[in-house]
Amino acid sequence: MITQLAVSYEEHLYNLIKDSPDFMVMTSENRSSIRGLPPLLGERFIDTGISEQTLLGVAAGLAMRGRIPIVHAIGAFITMRGYEFIRTDISLQNLPVKIAASFTGLLSEANGPTHQAVEDIALMRTMPNMVIFCPSDEQDLNLGLDIVLRSDCPAYIRLNHLPCAVQHEPFSGIGKAEIIKGDSGQCDIAIFSYGTLFKEAVKSCYILKELGYKVRIINLRFLQPLDEELLTEAALNSGLLVTVEDHYKQGALYTALCELLIEKGISRRVYPICLYDKWFAPATLEDIIAYEGLRGEHIAHNIISKGGFNA
Amino acid sequence: MSSIGTIEIERLQNLALEARRMILMAASRGGCFVGSAFSAVDIILYLYEHFLKGTPEDNNRDYFFLSKGHAVAALYSVLTLKGLISKDWINNHLSPLSNIYWHPNTNIRGVETPSGSLGHLPALAAGVALDLKMSGSKARVIVLTGDGELNEGSVWEAFLFAQSQGLDNLTVVVDRNMLQANMPTETLIPLEPLKDKFEAFGFSVSQIQGHNFSEISETFSSLPMSDKRPNAIIACTVRGKGLPSIDNRLDRWFMRISQEEAENLIAELECYHRQGVGVL
Repeated sequence: MITQLAVSYEEHLYNLIKDSPDFMVMTSENRSSIRGLPPLLGERFIDTGISEQTLLGVAAGLAMRGRIPIVHAIGAFITMRGYEFIRTDISLQNLPVKIAASFTGLLSEANGPTHQAVEDIALMRTMPNMVIFCPSDEQDLNLGLDIVLRSDCPAYIRLNHLPCAVQHEPFSGIGKAEIIKGDSGQCDIAIFSYGTLFKEAVKSCYILKELGYKVRIINLRFLQPLDEELLTEAALNSGLLVTVEDHYKQGALYTALCELLIEKGISRRVYPICLYDKWFAPATLEDIIAYEGLRGEHIAHNIISKGGFNA
Repeated sequence: MSSIGTIEIERLQNLALEARRMILMAASRGGCFVGSAFSAVDIILYLYEHFLKGTPEDNNRDYFFLSKGHAVAALYSVLTLKGLISKDWINNHLSPLSNIYWHPNTNIRGVETPSGSLGHLPALAAGVALDLKMSGSKARVIVLTGDGELNEGSVWEAFLFAQSQGLDNLTVVVDRNMLQANMPTETLIPLEPLKDKFEAFGFSVSQIQGHNFSEISETFSSLPMSDKRPNAIIACTVRGKGLPSIDNRLDRWFMRISQEEAENLIAELECYHRQGVGVL
């Protein structure tokens, strides 16, 4: 089942925008995902240097003139140093600036706490009009890229270049989650995940099934807007709800799901698997996942032993 | 040589008087940043009367960005004089239904973007200027900042970017009244030598008297000052200019006054104006 899309993000992005002159690719000197684009795009590629605030301000100005800037920057820096520029100059004006954030969540690997964006989704969820796209791998990213770039709204994209965890379904719209083929109807457990840890969530799902549990798993894809219909249906038809994410507990999927359940009057236990108010140990991705207890087998074990499944 | 004559200067001075009257009337309806608005109003008036081309809906217009957003009463009074908005904004000043508050609101015709958090619009203006260049447009971009606003690092980031792109269609105007919210700029975070700083950042710089329409006109008529360099105009101004009883006072940045106080100040304004017309 594990297959890799032949086209990289960079190639796919170029193919999507090359014949649409309104699209511009920008960066504050973070070219890791777009190294080949400067010569291909010419004046439609702008590097503002190490200056996230200016990157966002210039992008807002370009968007006011009808351009669609896709800005590439390190997630921790663009969301936190640039927060107010995103809020006041982009989000409040509903300008279609697309923020492609790299090294978010666990993907900052061994960079250490300065580079860890583990609260970025919480910050971006407070932004009016902001679409938040968190693909689970590069195939997921590429499948959703066109619809996100062409929406009228600002967007925050957690870039993800990992090999694909599953063969993904096409996108059915902004804010639509992906149901992974598996159990349906009344389930013991529903696992909700997105991004880098989705692959581990899938593994935990297989383990739980082998143990005899009936489990459904959902790839959120978008943290804003939320697929309320699908989440509500899954919550109503599952005993225990589990969220798996590389983010602080506050403000992202766990919070969003709990808010939705309260609003809908649905009473379910929600067990969060996430980063708990601390920076993760800087290391290579595989080692972080193992050290922080986020491997599929850890997740499955914790769901059974701590999730309150039998509570 | 100035591109405008004495008759036109006198007309502008009379319009500036009317703009200042409106600002004082707004101050009597809940208050506004009178000192700051009086400091900037002559330049804004000149820009709308002589420099900025195109309506707010014209895609090929010149752009004006008020980065020191708290001086918005000056902008609204000028937009009123230009017939872009109704004078009703003064009567409805600060009403929850009026769209008028102490910082710019894009629901008001002619306001390009919100501002008020200082240090934002130089970068945004550079983005607009960049697109105009790329599109082959001859339109120009003016961004007016406060001098205290230059404490913000983001403006210097934006200046570096503007010079890197050779944005000679961008002009930064500094409202150099030497005062920021609570104290003189040179006491808090000294900016001088400011002209040298801009030059070191790759700008062509001109320093002018910011209430002298002849100098204002001469300088704006000469834009761009040179090819492939952004422009900076350091406009030497006076907080509260036009009212000797409040000018250059730290405690007259924001003013909330009664109707009676407003009428007295308007009388003072008119008296000073009668003495001053034709002098500058």
